[in-house]
Amino acid sequence: MNLLRALLLAACLALSGAAWAALDASAVSALASDDSDERVAAISALAASGEPRARQILKALSEDGLYTTKDKTGAIRVVLEESGTWVDAASGAPIDSSGERDAINTNNRLRGALDAALAAFDLSSPDVPTRLAAAEALQGADDAALLPAIEAALARESDTRVRERLANARAALGLRAPEAAQRLAAVRALSDSDSPQVRQMLSERLDPANEPDAAVRAAAQTTLAEIAQRLRKYELLNSFFSGLSLGSILLLAAIGLAITFGLMGVINMAHGEFLMIGAYCTYVVQSLFRAHAPGLLEWYPVAALPVAFLVTALLGVLLERSVIRWFHGRPLDTLLATWGVSLLLIQGARSLFGAQNVELANPSWMAGGIELAGGQVLAYNRIAIIVFAAVVVALVWWLLARTRMGLFVRAVTQNRAMASAAGVPTDRVDMLTFGLGSGLAGLAGVALSQIGNVGPELGTGFIIDSFMVVVLGGVGQIAGTVISALGLGALAKLIEPAAGPVLAKIALLLLVILVIQKRPQGLFAVKGRSADA
Amino acid sequence: MISLRLASLMSPRQWLLLAALTALIMVALPIAHLALPESHPLHVSAYTITVLGKFMCYAIVALGMDLIWGYAGILSLGQGLFFALGGYAMGMYLMRSIGRDGVYQSDLPDFMVFLNWKELPWYWTGSDQFWWAALLVVLVPGLLALVFGWFAFRSRIKGVYFSIITQAVTYAAMLLFFRNDTGFGGNNGFTDFKRILGFPIAAPETRVALYVITALTLLLAFLACRFVVTSRLGRVLTAVRDAESRLMFIGYNPLRYKLFVWVFAAVLSGIAGALYVPQVGIINPGEMSPANSIEIAIWVAVGGRGTLAGAVLGAFAVNGAKSWFTVAFPEYWLFVLGLMFILVPLLLPRGLVGLLRGRAAPDQAKPADPAKRAEPAVPVAPAASAQERA
Repeated sequence: MNLLRALLLAACLALSGAAWAALDASAVSALASDDSDERVAAISALAASGEPRARQILKALSEDGLYTTKDKTGAIRVVLEESGTWVDAASGAPIDSSGERDAINTNNRLRGALDAALAAFDLSSPDVPTRLAAAEALQGADDAALLPAIEAALARESDTRVRERLANARAALGLRAPEAAQRLAAVRALSDSDSPQVRQMLSERLDPANEPDAAVRAAAQTTLAEIAQRLRKYELLNSFFSGLSLGSILLLAAIGLAITFGLMGVINMAHGEFLMIGAYCTYVVQSLFRAHAPGLLEWYPVAALPVAFLVTALLGVLLERSVIRWFHGRPLDTLLATWGVSLLLIQGARSLFGAQNVELANPSWMAGGIELAGGQVLAYNRIAIIVFAAVVVALVWWLLARTRMGLFVRAVTQNRAMASAAGVPTDRVDMLTFGLGSGLAGLAGVALSQIGNVGPELGTGFIIDSFMVVVLGGVGQIAGTVISALGLGALAKLIEPAAGPVLAKIALLLLVILVIQKRPQGLFAVKGRSADA
Repeated sequence: MISLRLASLMSPRQWLLLAALTALIMVALPIAHLALPESHPLHVSAYTITVLGKFMCYAIVALGMDLIWGYAGILSLGQGLFFALGGYAMGMYLMRSIGRDGVYQSDLPDFMVFLNWKELPWYWTGSDQFWWAALLVVLVPGLLALVFGWFAFRSRIKGVYFSIITQAVTYAAMLLFFRNDTGFGGNNGFTDFKRILGFPIAAPETRVALYVITALTLLLAFLACRFVVTSRLGRVLTAVRDAESRLMFIGYNPLRYKLFVWVFAAVLSGIAGALYVPQVGIINPGEMSPANSIEIAIWVAVGGRGTLAGAVLGAFAVNGAKSWFTVAFPEYWLFVLGLMFILVPLLLPRGLVGLLRGRAAPDQAKPADPAKRAEPAVPVAPAASAQERA
């Protein structure tokens, strides 16, 4: 550390060309000089000293807390207030404060230098966020004297994000170097940078007024094009990712509805409320873990999965037995009745948990994300949901395609009367399938609780979206549901940047309506012969 | 001929009942409100007049809903959208009538000044003319219904598909109207109206006039619906509900019948919305929420679907209960409403009217006996003659 500091100091000495000793009184008094160049030089010198005291002085200056006063001998001293007493800035010795004080003013140029200098100090902080913020603040610095401090910080920095920003700052300073060769090197070095400031600085290099050297201008052009191309790639990747993530959410929400609608031809308007119940189950599990097993709190979402599935599946069976069964053959009345159920569930959740959203914390393994260039982040919680949706779909597929129960479900979906005649217990199949569909909604609720607010109205928007997925995909078709959910998700995210979320939603709705003009049974329909189908 | 057709709409006893109700609502109540002093025991408060006016608007919507759902078996979850569109059309006129009396004293409505708009968007053209607003009230819901219905019925979208898609359209429209950029006041919608046709909108006389006009509209709407359901067209609609495939097999094309009743119901809703807004003094996108539209279905279900009197009765009963509950036990209203949605179709499929008639309803498929009674009286219905066989 000391060695580094000495190196830094040496570099600074070489650069500024003046014989500053650490916290030389003349450097401090130069802060009060009338000449801006001199003051900026003084700031650089103080920054390069690396002394905590120098940081304190610069901090005071940036907060307009540095003053000049005349001491008894009539000499001008720079003073600042330290825990209630006035001290000499250079030595830290207390000083008689009876005399008149003048605040040392700063101008914009000085402020820029000050911010950069303060940031250079923070680069040696042991705290990563502080270093990150400091490196961020250095992005716009144009004081060549900071270069050694940045080089030194770069040499010892271990965090990749801080390193990236420091490298940017170094290159940016290089762009303002007096020699064309140095600038050219800096321009080339910037091609793997993504920050908007860097792009701004590079485009400044395109202007002959700023950049006399044609080679540098050409290099800047090439570098900018490279950056743009790379960023486009990341943007596309990111919007594909958010489309996939939205599609997974739609899929999780819709798959239960697809099964029950395909099987029984009824819309469960309370489906969204089962999502809400699943999310509240997660909340309850979190609270229980917090109270009884704080050590395992990290894994509460996993523990919530079976709980949410069982609770919502049981509620679903209960709903099927108590309400839906009685509406056999009256799909419109079922729709209204299940709407009534959804009102009861919403109001019930309000009475139990209050009308406000409840707090759910992401466990640490789901917080954060993979950082892509250009500020694009692939969040871990979204990745978790995509993986989870894939697992759920695989399970549902296995259940329907490989088990006896699944065979029954498919049979009843295709032809209820025939299945019944062949001995399939349709009543029991209805009940169990409805339980399964509701349980899947509960699982989706757990997933939703990790990415959004959990409140009584969580599920209200989902019934329309889910139904659109089911309609587009074709009734009772798992593969169709998967494709239409992912397709709608991706399309939504493609339209959104241009049109905004509301218009994107409306556009998709119109699209679905138009598609069922051509294919009333959905994109992936099972062929049937019923006149009323 | 016309008087004969009119007389055939209802039995003499029903005509008498209707006349008595009309006299009570359109004559007695306004007089009791305006002429009697407040201390008089028979005085009708301004609040009652407003609430009744509101409920009558709902009843007009319910009539349309009953035609399309109770008679034709098409459950629309978008009647609230047509209602709100009619309301917005009237609201535009009312906003323009404020003139320079708004907060910003500008020719533009306040919300546009707030958004820093310099001129009216093109679709506000003519909105300062009452006749244009009145035209929009009918045209906007009517044309939207026509286009949407044509696409939907043509590709034979029905049942729950149709219901959910109407709900989706309503939801999309709500999102659209919530945007400030759409040009209809965003979240806040239209409010702070000052006058209508030059009359101060809050004056008791104006309110009573609006109330009477609403009552008159309800009466006319009722008679018109009665005319439809007792005509041959009405019977085709019932057939659409009960056995659409069979209807097609015997050579009818249900498209036009469905389209007619769907557009008719939408226009009724739009007119109701236009009458509602000046009486309530506000219109905002909340009126388009899916929950509002689906509630209209429960009015009709509670009153008794397939009977026009039931629709009106249901609108009054459910909204009366809502007014009372949301004051007395606000947290229980949703429970009551939810239970209504579950229990009424299950236990009371013919609604209050069925209950009042005291007859058991063994067969759910035939709730509409008024149509049966009208059968011998209408050999060739004028409305039906326009409808050709496809």
